[in-house]
This record gives sequence, structure tokens and C-alpha cells, in this order.
Amino acid sequence: MKLIIAAIKPFKLEEVREALTTIGVRGMMVTEIKGFGSQSGHTEIYRGAEYAVNFVPKVRLEIVVSDSLADQVVETIRSTARTDKIGDGKIFVLSVEQAVRVRTGETDDDAL
Amino acid sequence: MKNLTKLSALGALGALAALPALAQETAAPLAPYTFEQSVNNGDVAWMSISTVLVLLMTVPGLALFYGGLVRTKNMLSVLTQVFAICAIVAIIWVTYGYSLAFTYGGSLDAYVGGFSKMFLAGVDLNSKVATFTNGVYLPEYTFIAFQMTFACITPALIVGAFAERIKFSSLLVFSILWVTLIYFPMAHMVWWWGGPDFLAQEQTAKLIAEAAGDTAAAEAAAANLAANGLLWNWGALDFAGGTVVHINAGVAGLVGCIVLGKRIGYGKESMAPHSLTMTMIGASLLFVGWFGFNAGSNLESNSITSLAIVNTFVAACAGGAAWMLVEWAMKGKPSLLGLVSGVVAGLVAITPAAGFAGPMGSVVLGLVAGVLCFLFVAYAKNALKLDDSLDVFGVHGIGGIIGAIATGILVNPALGGAGIPDYLSQPGTLQVAEYVASTAIMAQVKAVIFTLLFSGIGSFILYKLVDVTMGLRVKQEVEREGLDIAEHGERAYYM
Repeated sequence: MKLIIAAIKPFKLEEVREALTTIGVRGMMVTEIKGFGSQSGHTEIYRGAEYAVNFVPKVRLEIVVSDSLADQVVETIRSTARTDKIGDGKIFVLSVEQAVRVRTGETDDDAL
Repeated sequence: MKNLTKLSALGALGALAALPALAQETAAPLAPYTFEQSVNNGDVAWMSISTVLVLLMTVPGLALFYGGLVRTKNMLSVLTQVFAICAIVAIIWVTYGYSLAFTYGGSLDAYVGGFSKMFLAGVDLNSKVATFTNGVYLPEYTFIAFQMTFACITPALIVGAFAERIKFSSLLVFSILWVTLIYFPMAHMVWWWGGPDFLAQEQTAKLIAEAAGDTAAAEAAAANLAANGLLWNWGALDFAGGTVVHINAGVAGLVGCIVLGKRIGYGKESMAPHSLTMTMIGASLLFVGWFGFNAGSNLESNSITSLAIVNTFVAACAGGAAWMLVEWAMKGKPSLLGLVSGVVAGLVAITPAAGFAGPMGSVVLGLVAGVLCFLFVAYAKNALKLDDSLDVFGVHGIGGIIGAIATGILVNPALGGAGIPDYLSQPGTLQVAEYVASTAIMAQVKAVIFTLLFSGIGSFILYKLVDVTMGLRVKQEVEREGLDIAEHGERAYYM
């Protein structure tokens, strides 16, 4: 099993969810986050006060899938979340040792 | 605005005789001036509405306007400060504030009133106060309530200057001292006068005495004519409180932010407003309520009320548009905060001129105030290294000064103004005095300088007094944690 963590632009979330559902992903975790990468922040001006905002809002997806589906998930996120502009996000893939479904006690691929 | 004490003492004769038409036979020998006091239900209705409109400016208008501009952790502290000041000053007002502001002050009459109406002594359902028209009166309770809202909002305006760092208990003590020693005397100095009928009565008495060669009586009448507040006698015009409310609070704010010092982290940490939505709601409530403030200050429901409404409306819009456009040009983006700040700046500037300027003059005044307040807040404040947290001086001080001086220019009938009122040349009628620019503008400049000094120095002494005895500022850890939890034991938002 693989854990795929992706940080993407918030407005792409719905599109990515739909595309992933189409290829058979049956669950994901979503968090609103702030961060920075090569996209720099922006400046906010309130009357005379100017603040550099270095962290920009992103959405973080966490998806656990079977090894066989992992590459397809990565490719789907990449192609769907992409705008070709700086700040589109990043995708990380990690190995997962174990998965358990709380209701039934099923494990690993059966639990996904 | 006016008082009845003088009238009842000196005008009992006049009050009895009922000659509504008051034919003015200037050529014939003068008869003593007599008048009736009639109360118009329409005026009372309008003034009652104006009263609650001005209250709406304070709670929730000003509270939300300021509250949205602070950080989440200090939201409730600002709301509480504004509301608590309103509550306490209202009680002070009926206890002794009204008396200090709007009664005869004996030997100190030029500066402050006396204690004759403490606890509203002598005020009953039949008490009346003069308006700006001969023979037209308001129930005294109406006037007391209307002016109460002014006393409530003025000290509340100041809290924006040292928001996020003042100790609540010290703020309350300061506010009580400030209204007592600064606000009530200012209101007296600017707005205390005998009223149209009193002036007509004394002017007529003076002319009769002069014609009869009775110098003692003529001097007595002249002294009565001069028994007004100091700034009133200077000829300073302040329709709705440019000096009394805005410059007064603005300067007190400026001095306050200097005495208290900057917030911890000022210039390093982000102190961005936590909810400009709240600020927009607050600014809009201020805008709406301001019609009561400015047009209500006419004390009657007549054509000058209408003029004040138009002026207030267009000056506010001009201020908002000007700030937005100049910010767009100089900072790159038109911000909501800039827009609503400009609206408030325009409202502040038109306040002293509301019933004196013409609509086109008001547009120009709003534009000028929007641009100059923006420049002060966006550039001068940083250059001066002031942490006037919510720009009390930048908006109310600067806007008030611009408005007060401009009133002396825009009152000119040649510029569409209503002209300077003259109750003396034909006693019993309201005439427009000849406009002399130098005299009119100088009177305004003098009033501005006086207010800056009186409020600036007076407020400084009061701040120091409270600081030495109680400490003005919260402890460092309280300031870091936020005043809501540390001072009030509650938080604005659970998130």
C-alpha cells in the first residue's frame, strides 16, 4: 500500500476528487493548510500597514491505495491539479505498513 | 442649542406675552421683544429618531468598526470598551454632565457650565430648550437625550488609538475624567448660547436702553448677549461637533498612543485586521447613524435638516471614493478598508459644516478629506512612528481639522453655503451675516488651535495621572495572550 500526500491549490480540490473517484479511489482525507514552496507569498496592505504574507493557502490530500493503483493516482492528481503556473503543489508517495478498517477489522488492501 | 435658565430668569415677561407674528417695525420706537415657546411634534419625532441613530453609531457601529480591525484575541476587549464607556458616560451625563455642558456657569461661564441641573434638577415635562429658530423649542428631555449620545460616542472614539494594550479599569477611570474635564467644557465652550429668542430679547433691550441713554441697562444687556461659550463668542462655527467631538477625540487619541507606547511586536508581527466584514458593517452603521448626528444637530426638522442630510451623504461618498482612488493609484489596489475609512473621513470632515456648506462644497470637502487622511495614515503615521492602532487621529483628528477650517470657507453663500447666522441685526429673525473670509476662517483656525491645545494638554495630564496611579497598560503577558481572555475571561470565537 502507498500513502500519497498531495498539496494542491484549493480551487482544484473538487476536480481532483472527481477524477480520483473515476479511477476507483474510494476515500481520502483533506486538510486546509498553509505553506510555501517556490511560489512566494503576497503583500497585504491595511491603510498604512503592509504585511508580507509568506504562507499561502493550500489543500492537503492524503490517500492510501493499493500498490497497483498508486502510479495512476499520482498521474491523475498531477494532470488534474495542474494549471502550469507556479504554486500548483507537490505530491509525495510513502509506503504504508498496515491498514485496518475500524468497523470490521479487515486489514490492508481489504480495508481500503 | 439652548438654554432655558437664562430665559426663565430674564424672559419671564417675554414668555407670558403671546405675539406670534412679531411685526418688525424697525422705524418705530422699539418695544421689548416678546415671544412664545412652541414645541413642534415633528421636531420632537425627528430628534427622537436622531437620538437613537447616534446611539446606533456607538453600539454596535463604532464597536464593530473598531472590533474588526483588531486581532481575534482582542475583539471582545474593544467591543466591551466601547459599550462600557457608552453605559457609564450616559449615567454621568444625567448626573452632572449635562449641567456642566449646558447650564450657566457663573464666573466660569465662558469655559464650563455650573451645577444647577445636577441630577437634572428642575427639568420636567414642561422644560424647553431653544432651537435655532425664534419661537421654536424642544422638550428639554429631548435635547438631553440627543446630547447624551454625543457625550457617549466621543470618549469611545478614543479607544481606537490604544486598542490592544490598554488596561480596562484604567480606561474607565480615564474616560470618566476625560468627559468631565475635557468633553463637557468643550461642549460648553462651543455650543453654549442663549438661543435666538434670548438674543433677540437682549439685543432689543440693549437698543431700547441705548436710545433712552440708560448706559447701565445697555451694558447689562450687552453682557447677557456675550454670556456664551468662549468659542461661540469667537464666532467659531461647529454644526455637529467637528471640534467638540472629532478633533477633541482625535488629539486625545494621538496623545494616548504616544503615552502608552507601541504594541509589542509593532512593525514586526502581523497585526492585520481580523474581520474586515465586521469593519464594513460597523462603518455602514456609522454612515447611517451619522445622519442623526449631523442632521439631528439642527435640532429642528426643516430645510436645513434636509441640507445637512444631502451634505452628509455626498461628503461621505466623496471621501470614500477619493481614498479608494488615491490608494489604488499609490498602493496598487482599491481596498475595502480604504473605501470605508474614506467614508468615515468624509463624514468626520462634513460634521462641522453639515448645515453650513452647500452640497457641491461638501463634495469637494469629502474629496479633500479622503485624500489627506489617506496620506496621513499611509505615510505620515509611519514616518512619525506612531502606533495609533486604529487611526483615530489620522481619521478623526485630521478629518476634523480639515472640516473645521473648511467650514469657514464653505459657509460662504457665494460657494453655495448657507451663510453665517445673524440673530442680532433684526432681532426676532434669522438673517445671513455678510461673509468676510478672513474673519470666518480665522475664527475656525483659532477654534482648531484652541481645541488641539486644550484637549492635547488636558488629555496628557489625565493620562499621566492614571498611569502613575493605576498604570495604563496591561502586562506584557496579558498583551501577548490577548485582552479578551486575560481581562474579560471570554473569547470572541471558538474555532
